[in-house]
Amino acid sequence: MTGVWVNQIVQGILLGGLYAMFALGLSLSAGVMRFINIAHGDLIVLVCFLVLTLTTSLGLSPLVAAAITLPVVFAGGYLLQRLLLQRVLGQHVLPVILVTFGLSIIIQNALQGTYGADTRKVQGGVIEYATIHVAGEINVGVLPLVIFVSAILMVWLLDRLLYRTRIGARIRAVSDDVAAANLIGLPSPHIFALAMGFVGVTIAISAGFMSVWTNFDPTSGPSRLLIAFEAVVLGGLGSLWGTLIGGIILGVAQAVGGQFDAAWQVLAGHIVFLIIFALRPQGLFPRY
Amino acid sequence: MKPTILLGRLALIAGVIFLIAAPAFLSLRGMQLTTEFMSLLVLAMMWNLLAGYADIVTVGQHAFVGIGAYAFFGFLVLLGVDPYLSVLLAGVVSLIFAIPVMGLIFRLRAGYLAVGSWVVAETLMLAAGKLSAFGGGSGKSMPVSFVKSFGASTPDRYANVYWLAFALLAAAFLSTWYLLRSRIGVGLTAMRDDEEGAGAIGVNLRRARVLCFLWVAPFLGMAGAIITMQKLRVAPPASFSILDWTVYIIFIVVIGGVGSFEGPIIGTIVFFLIREFLNDLGVWHLIILGVISIGVILVEPKGIWGLLRRFVPGDLIPVGHKPRR
Repeated sequence: MTGVWVNQIVQGILLGGLYAMFALGLSLSAGVMRFINIAHGDLIVLVCFLVLTLTTSLGLSPLVAAAITLPVVFAGGYLLQRLLLQRVLGQHVLPVILVTFGLSIIIQNALQGTYGADTRKVQGGVIEYATIHVAGEINVGVLPLVIFVSAILMVWLLDRLLYRTRIGARIRAVSDDVAAANLIGLPSPHIFALAMGFVGVTIAISAGFMSVWTNFDPTSGPSRLLIAFEAVVLGGLGSLWGTLIGGIILGVAQAVGGQFDAAWQVLAGHIVFLIIFALRPQGLFPRY
Repeated sequence: MKPTILLGRLALIAGVIFLIAAPAFLSLRGMQLTTEFMSLLVLAMMWNLLAGYADIVTVGQHAFVGIGAYAFFGFLVLLGVDPYLSVLLAGVVSLIFAIPVMGLIFRLRAGYLAVGSWVVAETLMLAAGKLSAFGGGSGKSMPVSFVKSFGASTPDRYANVYWLAFALLAAAFLSTWYLLRSRIGVGLTAMRDDEEGAGAIGVNLRRARVLCFLWVAPFLGMAGAIITMQKLRVAPPASFSILDWTVYIIFIVVIGGVGSFEGPIIGTIVFFLIREFLNDLGVWHLIILGVISIGVILVEPKGIWGLLRRFVPGDLIPVGHKPRR
């Protein structure tokens, strides 16, 4: 019996990798641009549908399709920030919340109008069914394992990008003090837009994996946003590694809750989040 | 009085006379629509008080509407309480829930608070689906005997629910007006215009926020109860509908004009006028509403009322005070 539970926890940890991926982009935009993008989940789902279209209509493999979306979504993120979000960022918090909220509703309904309300999934081929037998009742799927390792790799790369590169230093500079950054000649709108482009890259990668691993429909966005938000808050604002841990906690909570009763899966994740948040509002590894 | 203000106030008075006289001549369908209009207007006024004045932008307003709906159903059907008392008690339950919810989400600010309130609403909706006495995930209809307790015949019931909604709207309107004209309201208006400045001249920001949050909760709960009297059933996704009680409400307030007393009224009227037409467009009606509200924020963040206010020299519903000479 314990084997079943251990297996559930292992599956939960792997699921947490995907959740951490969702959360990385949100963490970056919250940490750098200082706003919460309410359309974050819907952007992920939008890219999932993009991958779906590329694989079904052009017959591309999901990997190639996801690779094609990368530069597209990077450019999309750059333009979204430069043309729309940058205009409403400022003293008041209301405009940017309302604009991203409006964007979220537009994306959901545009997808529904284009693709219908059906639940979809991208066919991933052999890798979907390949599993590795670890021990006893513990089996690990190859795809979840690849996703989990990719999540760790993404956290590491993003951390390097922010703290070890020139562009990272610039991003941190405009994030800390826009006025001072402008004063020393940094083009802050361009740098913010680049940061949003990197957010777009995390969105594209997580969407590529999500489209193969889980079902999605045009209204799946908000649940992805809530998961990403919970992982960011649990991990502690500004801490990328904390976000990874936050995602894993949520994944394990859902997997264990789902083992008790399938109907409790999502609720268990929210309840665990609210309890930890009530006890430790600053998150587990707050950076600031 | 300037002619534009006079015109606006006359329109407002005409609206009140219409609402009082309406039951005498409206069809049942018209009564139902007007009742819904009044409930939505209460929700819009409450969201505006939080987002427009107290700087608490929630995306989880539907939580309290849902709590009100379930509490009303519980008192009336499960405990056999008088239906009108049940409406009041639904407001009380909503207020009680608001205290721990506030304790949680007030640790967050701005966008974090917005999504945090959504997490709480989602959790409460999923939890409501686990209540077997309320029909679990699929919900439960109100037995006919209880439906008859607030109106023996269908026209009677429509009229009773209509006057309840009217009373709630009147209470929400007058008390919120009084609140905004009080010392606390002057502080809230200062917060709306400049939060740091308001804090610097001695407005207790935290106390004002707490008061607003607790002010709003019972009204949302009672609106949820009245909505349930119209729908005659509770179900998690319908009673806690984010689309109906939060998304539409945000569009209404943004388009009408956030941070003004007139904005939600204009927004709700506009919403009802264009809804019949937009409904034929399927998913496109939400896309259009979304595009309009983003446009409003980019062009005139104070909405239709902000646009009109350029030609109208003062408030139609005066919430400020003229300085003494």
